[in-house]
Amino acid sequence: MSLIIKNLHAETDGTEILKGLDLEIPRGEVHAIMGPNGSGKSTLAKVIAGHEDYTVTEGSVTMDGVDLSGLEVDERARAGLFLAFQYPAEVPGVSMANFLRAARQARLPEGEEIDAVAYYKELYEKMDLLGIDRKFTSRSVNEGFSGGEKKRNEVLQMMMLEPVYCVMDETDSGLDIDALKVVAEGVNAMRSPERGFLVITHYQRLLNYIEPDHVHVLAGGRIVRSGGKELAHELEAKGYDFLKEGELAPA
Amino acid sequence: MEAVLESGSVLETAPAALEGVPGWFNELRQAGWKRFGELPMPSRRDESWRFAKLGQLEFDGVHLAAEQPPPGHRGAPGLQKRAARFGFVNDTLTEEESNLPDGVICLPLKRAMAEHPELVRAHFMQRETKLGSAKFAALHQAHVSNGMFIHVAAGVEVEDPIEVFHWLEGDHIVAFPHTLVVTEANARVSVVDYFQSDQKARGAWAVAVNDLVAGPGSQLNYLVLQDLCDEARMIQVNTTTVDRDAAAKAFILNAGAAWARQESLSLLEGEGSRSDMLAVSIGRARQEYDQRTFQHHASPRTFSDLLYKNTLYDESRTVFSGLILVDEGAHYTDAYQTCRNLMMSDEAEANSMPGLEINADQVKCSHGSTASTIDEKELFYLEARGIPPQSARQLVAQGFSVEAIARLKNEALEELVLSFAAREFGRILGAS
Repeated sequence: MSLIIKNLHAETDGTEILKGLDLEIPRGEVHAIMGPNGSGKSTLAKVIAGHEDYTVTEGSVTMDGVDLSGLEVDERARAGLFLAFQYPAEVPGVSMANFLRAARQARLPEGEEIDAVAYYKELYEKMDLLGIDRKFTSRSVNEGFSGGEKKRNEVLQMMMLEPVYCVMDETDSGLDIDALKVVAEGVNAMRSPERGFLVITHYQRLLNYIEPDHVHVLAGGRIVRSGGKELAHELEAKGYDFLKEGELAPA
Repeated sequence: MEAVLESGSVLETAPAALEGVPGWFNELRQAGWKRFGELPMPSRRDESWRFAKLGQLEFDGVHLAAEQPPPGHRGAPGLQKRAARFGFVNDTLTEEESNLPDGVICLPLKRAMAEHPELVRAHFMQRETKLGSAKFAALHQAHVSNGMFIHVAAGVEVEDPIEVFHWLEGDHIVAFPHTLVVTEANARVSVVDYFQSDQKARGAWAVAVNDLVAGPGSQLNYLVLQDLCDEARMIQVNTTTVDRDAAAKAFILNAGAAWARQESLSLLEGEGSRSDMLAVSIGRARQEYDQRTFQHHASPRTFSDLLYKNTLYDESRTVFSGLILVDEGAHYTDAYQTCRNLMMSDEAEANSMPGLEINADQVKCSHGSTASTIDEKELFYLEARGIPPQSARQLVAQGFSVEAIARLKNEALEELVLSFAAREFGRILGAS
């Protein structure tokens, strides 16, 4: 039971960004992907989620044996995939409560209605855990939220939707240390043998709080190095310059 | 009930004298009929009918209702908490319920004329129709037979809204709904006017007049919920006058009708007065909403804010024409006007004609109108949470209206409007 990315090639506007990416994330593990700007990190997240601006030209992404290429964005999400956005969209006029409710409702069989009382109870518990004011339920999704509030909100959604595989795209960007800790606590609370994580980040800092089982370096659209969590520290110390100097070790 | 010619349209039917009303009222009706005859039908050359589809002014075979409807409620369930409720079917009173504090007159027009003749006469049809439908206001004056008269005495605050249901019933019938609301000094009231019909009201018309008179320091909130059947049409002429330090807030929801035109004139007569003009229109199929507005600042330190939001599906169409006029001497005025269109289809059409005329100093004014399509980033975000594309589009479109609805700043009224909007969006989602 894994999220398996095999020889993935993807392009946008005729430019190839991912050039044969291989990665396997078994349930129960946290994998971190690090890499310099422009290496294809965010593209990978969007391709896994099924964003229409990207075309997969070769290779595959399968989730517990299901080929995602046959699934639309919403179908992938309902099948157990979650993308925590680097820049979560603001959706004016759609309240947090209604938005999450619609997302939960979409997971129920047709004709079945959400138990509103249980839903709100659960929502409030999780908001308390993440230190999100309950007033946020009536606010429009992400509208006027600070950077930290947006990221907490991403984790709240992840908690409410209980995905099997979580792809977190630079969740640490724009966060101060306190917000980072809260977000990491939320993620750690969700770690389980039944759930896999792909944590995309530019900096090692996040990995102090979310300890990965494996670390991969993405450059030029491919995984160029893999290792344990010590690889993150090495990158933090030496930077990504080794990529230029041809010290590439095969993945 | 009036005598009705079998074949003639209402445009060719002179009003008969009504029984049980004061003489001046019958005279007013005759004067309205005369004026109707004198005024020309709108033409292509009229600036105030620019972009309008004049073919919508179709009155062939449109007649006054002859039958007496049985009593009872028609239309939406409305509000749980209300101060009063009155219902009219084709202008005949069919329900009344009232739980109002002392100092409030809230009566069907006929009864109000009998009990408070001078008060009604002082305010009834006193304002000139300036935004294009003078001929139809005259037709209304000729045939108006009932309506609501609401008068709130000085210092009286009515907590819950007053509901008025105008129901059209029958093929090619016409009604002339009339709602007149007067607040004296420091009074407060909210009135909701529902315009609905049965599905058989094909070719039916509502030619409505609504006057709001907000006395000094008073607060007057007025809502129109227009959800007529798809083959009915409506014109509503509204005039709002706002006295010193008073605040008037008007909200219009368009969900139904083949064609609806609303003319809203806010006259900021007293220093420090405020007018909020809000509207949400949800067009589908070949529906058309034609809205003409006038923010007239006649005194210093007056404030007006207009926000109209249209969501257009299929081949629906809107026309918005808005003028801000700041009179000489109306210094320190703030006037804002925004009309936004969300285009949900390539075939939909939005026409906007904003206008601004400033004759005073120290004035803050702005106007803007936009037409945009749904934001793909928002859709992707919702879909990435498992919400199917159709529902995601519906959520975003519905959310677009909320900015105007939230300005009601009254939870019960916001919920009421949202329930109508949600039903309309549900209808659209169901049809797609």
